[in-house]
Amino acid sequence: MSQAVSDAPAGTKSVQAESGFKRFLRATEIDTRMLGMVGALLVIWIGFHILSGGTFLTPRNLWNLSVQTASVGVMATGMVLVIVTRNIDLSVGSILGVTGMVMAIVQTTWFTPMFGFNSPMVWIATIGVGLLCGLAIGGLQGFVIAYMGVPAFIVTLGGLLVWRGAAWWVASGRTIPITDDNFKIIGGGSDGSIGASWSWIIALVAIAFLAWSTFNARRQRHRFKFPVKPMWAEYLTFGVSALAVIVATFIVNSYLLPGPLARRYAEANGITMPEGGLEIAFGYAVPVLLFIGVGVVMTFIARRTRFGRYVFAIGGNPEAAELAGINTKRVTMMVFALMGMLAAIAAAISTARLTSATNAQGTLDELYTIAAAVIGGTSLAGGAGTIAGAMLGALVMQSLQSGMVLLGMDTPLQNIVVGAVLVVAVWLDTIYRRRAA
Amino acid sequence: MSTSMDTIADHGPAHHADTVDRSGPPLVEMKDISIAFGGIHAVDNASIDLYPGEVVALLGHNGAGKSTLIKILSGAYKRDSGEINVRGETATITNPRDAKKYGIETIYQTLALADNVDAAANLFLGREIMTPLGTLDDAAMEAEARKVMGRLNPNFRRFKEPVRALSGGQRQSVAIARAILFNAKILIMDEPTAALGPQETAQVADLIKELKKDEIGIFLISHDIHDVFDLSDRVVVMKNGQVVGSAKTSDVTKDEVLGMIILGKCPPGATPGPGAMRD
Ligand SMILES: Nc1ncnc2c1ncn2[C@@H]1O[C@H](COP(=O)(O)OP(=O)(O)OP(=O)(O)O)[C@@H](O)[C@H]1O
Ligand SMILES: [Mg+2]
Repeated sequence: MSQAVSDAPAGTKSVQAESGFKRFLRATEIDTRMLGMVGALLVIWIGFHILSGGTFLTPRNLWNLSVQTASVGVMATGMVLVIVTRNIDLSVGSILGVTGMVMAIVQTTWFTPMFGFNSPMVWIATIGVGLLCGLAIGGLQGFVIAYMGVPAFIVTLGGLLVWRGAAWWVASGRTIPITDDNFKIIGGGSDGSIGASWSWIIALVAIAFLAWSTFNARRQRHRFKFPVKPMWAEYLTFGVSALAVIVATFIVNSYLLPGPLARRYAEANGITMPEGGLEIAFGYAVPVLLFIGVGVVMTFIARRTRFGRYVFAIGGNPEAAELAGINTKRVTMMVFALMGMLAAIAAAISTARLTSATNAQGTLDELYTIAAAVIGGTSLAGGAGTIAGAMLGALVMQSLQSGMVLLGMDTPLQNIVVGAVLVVAVWLDTIYRRRAA
Repeated sequence: MSTSMDTIADHGPAHHADTVDRSGPPLVEMKDISIAFGGIHAVDNASIDLYPGEVVALLGHNGAGKSTLIKILSGAYKRDSGEINVRGETATITNPRDAKKYGIETIYQTLALADNVDAAANLFLGREIMTPLGTLDDAAMEAEARKVMGRLNPNFRRFKEPVRALSGGQRQSVAIARAILFNAKILIMDEPTAALGPQETAQVADLIKELKKDEIGIFLISHDIHDVFDLSDRVVVMKNGQVVGSAKTSDVTKDEVLGMIILGKCPPGATPGPGAMRD
């Protein structure tokens, strides 16, 4: 990285510096696209912070941002695999709507009477039914796409209408309120956060996991005597990610329960209110932890399992995948089934957050989900995309929206901005790909 | 096993003796195979066979039906009619997985690589090495990939890049490596050296000779008549989807084979097929 050429003519200096930066990127194996997205996110955040007169980068706003990102973010992780296999799913918003409605109904009409009010079985059974429902819907669409050969665009466009209609039909258009308090925790809200101590514990676990996976990757490469990353690069990437975890935890722990809620919390836990008020931190919201958990699992599926390998191979060359003996139809169907299940998880989050299932729930979410995946570097040509990128893409989309709300922009103007940003982001990505190729 | 005196003079110096044992049942027998795409009879009543340790060269003009015929054997296409026997027994091959079960491995003319993943992932596609925990063992696969690629293309270093980034010849090496990695009994090579440099081509020729010794049967499709005469024990020529004829390589001359390819004219040393020109 060094070999500074002090006596080089001035003209070659920038060339030297650039190749040094490139070498730095290669040594650390940093994904430059991800780096660019993090940069874009910071620009957006700082821009809104300045424009809003210092209200964007506050613990409260960032905490809300994290919760609002969860639902679409969960679906975006699945959309990556769908798009990687050269398909699309336009029905996820409607699947979210119908599974949310089904969960609300089974909870209020079956499980609460069956197991008793606030029994832990209620939320477990509710989520079980919701997941099965999403799995079945996604699996059905996947079957029609993979085995009957109807293009995904058409099947899921049909699904967009069918499942929205079904959502109306199961509840005759009513709004169904959620009664189970345990279920509401999934949505965040005042009881849906884990508090300061647990947040730090989770942060420590996450850092330990990062250390372990760094060490493990290195050991694997040593096992076969492959070239390894330089030690400083390992420390740097680990250090930066650990720092990010600590900063995030610090932020969510700086968001304190407002006065009345803190008082209620104190009463519920038998704490006497001290003079100056009680300082109780929110910590990580449950939906955010769920979102991160889904992201970790989906990354594992995409990178470490046979299924994930096949998904990418199919996206790269469907014919080659078939000739290699992969059951491409089954894999395709499974991708859509998984997508349906993730839509059900997103439905649980958003239903619990709104504390009711409404008929319009999830409307247009398919577009935000697709946009998140695409902004996150998933190629519509198939074969390329990362889960982490899509998660970051979801955060970018939500940041834009929340920021514009904070600035008091009208909805039509918000739509114009989001639409334009999507096109520009993909355009930049196209340029990036052309140069990388 | 040259039989007729008059052909000896025509043989190139590199020619080898036919040592293939054809007393047992053939390794593969494709009988009366036909397939049509729309109105085009891509393969029309073609029959070919292959014995252990034998290299059968499949020749013919562009669009003669060579690739289509072997794709039926590899399970890529479903035949309209005809039957396939492996070691004397009827084989059901309806997809690539079936073919692999019979030990049939294929190097496709199009290479059939997933361009977006690296060499190791391509080599093990569909047959990944897993850790005891059931996850992909990428390190073990990369180690195997380095071994086999070292044999075929010692200069190859780019194990971490998607194969899209490789040269045509490097990609071809990956496709060849994949076919020999899993103890093939029957190897189909559809123009395996089309993109290779002289050194790599020589390495593939050595590889073919080595595989022959291991009693592996090879269908070799090639337009390079010198390679064919160098490596094959028998030649089969196709024209317009039909078999013009077949012959032991030692019984025919290069000119005669060219005559079969271009005119469909069967020389005396060859056994005529349904596609032979009648005079
Ligand atoms: N999938 C397909 N659909 C329609 N027609 C096809 C298909 N595959 C092959 N054909 C036709 O079948 C015929 C034989 O093609 P094939 O690829 O087997 O030729 P080949 O002998 O391998 O030629 P080459 O030397 O150019 O590789 C051609 O006329 C081709 O157009
Ligand atoms: Mg061909």
